[in-house]
Amino acid sequence: MKMKKVYVYRSFERFWHWLQAVLIIFLAFTGFEIHGSYSFLGFEDAVYYHSLSSYLLGILIVFAVFWHFSTGEWKQYVPSSKNMRAQLNYYLLGIFKNAPHPTKKTVLSKLNPLQKFTYFNLKVVLIPLAVISGLLYMFYRYPQGNQIDALNIDSLEIIAVIHTIAAYSLVAFLIVHVYLITTGETITSNLRAMMTGYEELEDEDAEENYEEDKEEK
Amino acid sequence: MRKITLFLAFVGLVIVVAIGFLSEKNIELTTLMKLQEKYPIKEVKSADHSKFPILQKKFNSPNDITKACLSCHNNSGLEILHTSHWNWSRDEYIEGKGIVSFGKKNGMNSFCIGVQGSEKSCAKCHIGNGMHLKEFSYDKEEFIDCLICHDQTETYAKASNQGGLPISTLDFNKIAQSVGKPKRTNCGVCHFYGGGGNNVKHGDLEKSMFYPTRKTDIHMGTDGADMQCVDCHVTEHHNIKGKMFSLSSMNQNRVYCEDCHTNSPHEKKILNEHTYKVACQTCHIPVYAKVNSTKTWWDWSTAGKLKDGKPYFEEDSLGNHNYLSIKGSFKWERNLTPEYAWFNGTASHYLEGDIIEDTTKPYMLNPLSGEYRDAGSKIIPLKVMRTNQPFDPVNKILIQPFLYSDKKGEGAYWKDFDWQSSSREGMKKAGLPYSGKYTFIKTEMNWPLNHMVSDKESSLKCNDCHTRNNGRLASLTDFYMPGRDRSEYVDLMATIVLLLSLLGVLGHGAIRVFFALSRKERG
Repeated sequence: MKMKKVYVYRSFERFWHWLQAVLIIFLAFTGFEIHGSYSFLGFEDAVYYHSLSSYLLGILIVFAVFWHFSTGEWKQYVPSSKNMRAQLNYYLLGIFKNAPHPTKKTVLSKLNPLQKFTYFNLKVVLIPLAVISGLLYMFYRYPQGNQIDALNIDSLEIIAVIHTIAAYSLVAFLIVHVYLITTGETITSNLRAMMTGYEELEDEDAEENYEEDKEEK
Repeated sequence: MRKITLFLAFVGLVIVVAIGFLSEKNIELTTLMKLQEKYPIKEVKSADHSKFPILQKKFNSPNDITKACLSCHNNSGLEILHTSHWNWSRDEYIEGKGIVSFGKKNGMNSFCIGVQGSEKSCAKCHIGNGMHLKEFSYDKEEFIDCLICHDQTETYAKASNQGGLPISTLDFNKIAQSVGKPKRTNCGVCHFYGGGGNNVKHGDLEKSMFYPTRKTDIHMGTDGADMQCVDCHVTEHHNIKGKMFSLSSMNQNRVYCEDCHTNSPHEKKILNEHTYKVACQTCHIPVYAKVNSTKTWWDWSTAGKLKDGKPYFEEDSLGNHNYLSIKGSFKWERNLTPEYAWFNGTASHYLEGDIIEDTTKPYMLNPLSGEYRDAGSKIIPLKVMRTNQPFDPVNKILIQPFLYSDKKGEGAYWKDFDWQSSSREGMKKAGLPYSGKYTFIKTEMNWPLNHMVSDKESSLKCNDCHTRNNGRLASLTDFYMPGRDRSEYVDLMATIVLLLSLLGVLGHGAIRVFFALSRKERG
């Protein structure tokens, strides 16, 4: 099997990934201080920087959404059950025996079915949950008179609890995500790919030639 | 030539733009800057009363002075007759109790309990001349004491136990000729000493406020704006704005900080948003009784001990009475942290004769209305007074004891030291039943704090409330506050999930390492 250096992650994708990573980690750091888990910056500064970085994340998300649709990359994240079991078996068993990855990574299909499922939920459920609850948290109005009652939210509690759940889920995602980076072809190949954009992938053309070669023989 | 013209035109334009740009910044004054300019300007009196012949004649009685005042100010008497300062009562609506005439006249509190029967002593703080006199009546203008509020010599004073009559040896001509707009010293002689001594009642109104420093009160500080009570308690036709909910019930005629400062006085938006639910006082009065102690606990049940048959007193380390034979034992404290409550501007009151069923927990004499969900409620700071006071366990009502009399043997507690006769006489004077049995019950009273406003550097910081344990608002649990509240269930579940995730990836990694190593060994 021939390997070839392929440009997998384009520059905006990498910029978006890393800025989002930094912002989410910083938001978690300041957010859990607001939550009361620890005291580091002080409540006032924690709130200030949490709000500031949330605006930055908001802008980034707008650009990212535009990027997903303008490049058609959104198709990468449509979940599919094909190969799901094989992928699960790989993580639970095959990986220990150094078995080959069951899903082939190509520029047009970067994600395995488990990744598709996870990232789809991250993008469609978890991040929107965090963002929407966060916006409601920021623009929550205390119960006030002279307003439309139906639009009143009586308590910050439900908003805050949902926001907290979203935050904890993102941290859990982060832990598993950081670990799974090491499960590429080599321990650092995924990390390097997200940093440089290039990854050693199976050479599709070469493979086709190889198959053809076999047939000929 | 043309070049020079062009150059000059350009330079001229730059100068004009620069002047316009630079001078614009000085135009917009903040609310605070405008207030700071307005209040130090002292008013000049429009009339010099020392020139009026009627005030130069000899006065034969305090009522003569009042008549002299009313001869010019011929509507002012009528105005006074409608005030609660005069009537010691006003008609107010109380939720669940209807419209009642309530005030000092018939109210019962957790200090000296009530004035009924003891007017001769208590009326020292009535704006009249001799409430105890037979001729006195609440519709007689000539009994109004104009001078207690309007004297500017700071020499006018009422005599003790004379029903509000002034000390007879004063220079009344000089005092009457001095009259003007009331100052802190006029209001303070009564309002700083309520309850029978300095700072007994309020905690934030006491003798240091006659001439306070900015550190004690940012508004009234003599080294600052030097504001007077009536600068905020704006008065028109003797109707003084402002309410104390120890006696008031309705949300009207109140003074608000916002009247001057607006409801968005902060530079930071997030602080202005707090004003929806947090009263200014909550952050800006972080501590009260800053100079002298205030009474926080009063136990009437220990009163009556005598030494050699005579009443005596004991003092604490700061010189405050902590025992008086006539009143019992006290606790005094200073530099106190307020307690906090939701308040929507209406309060209820214990009315004489109200039955108290539950005596197992302290009975609140003036519960304040308000809660988080009520759009009109804000969090306010309070002094809470706690007292052990006489109670009729059969009729289940508070006892109004007869306290002051000139003579022994009439049943007045402060002369005879006998609860039985004092209760009997007091309840008779108040027109209330007395079963012949007395005991003591614990009561509480809310005293909202509005004075001793601190400078902004000393006001509360976010962490004072937004903290998980022992924050200032720990007792207000009917709302979710970031930094204090959380769902313990969510936190517990999340901790478990995070630990499992961590263990999962570490375990998975360890197994990978193990297999990789064994593969290596096998070659």
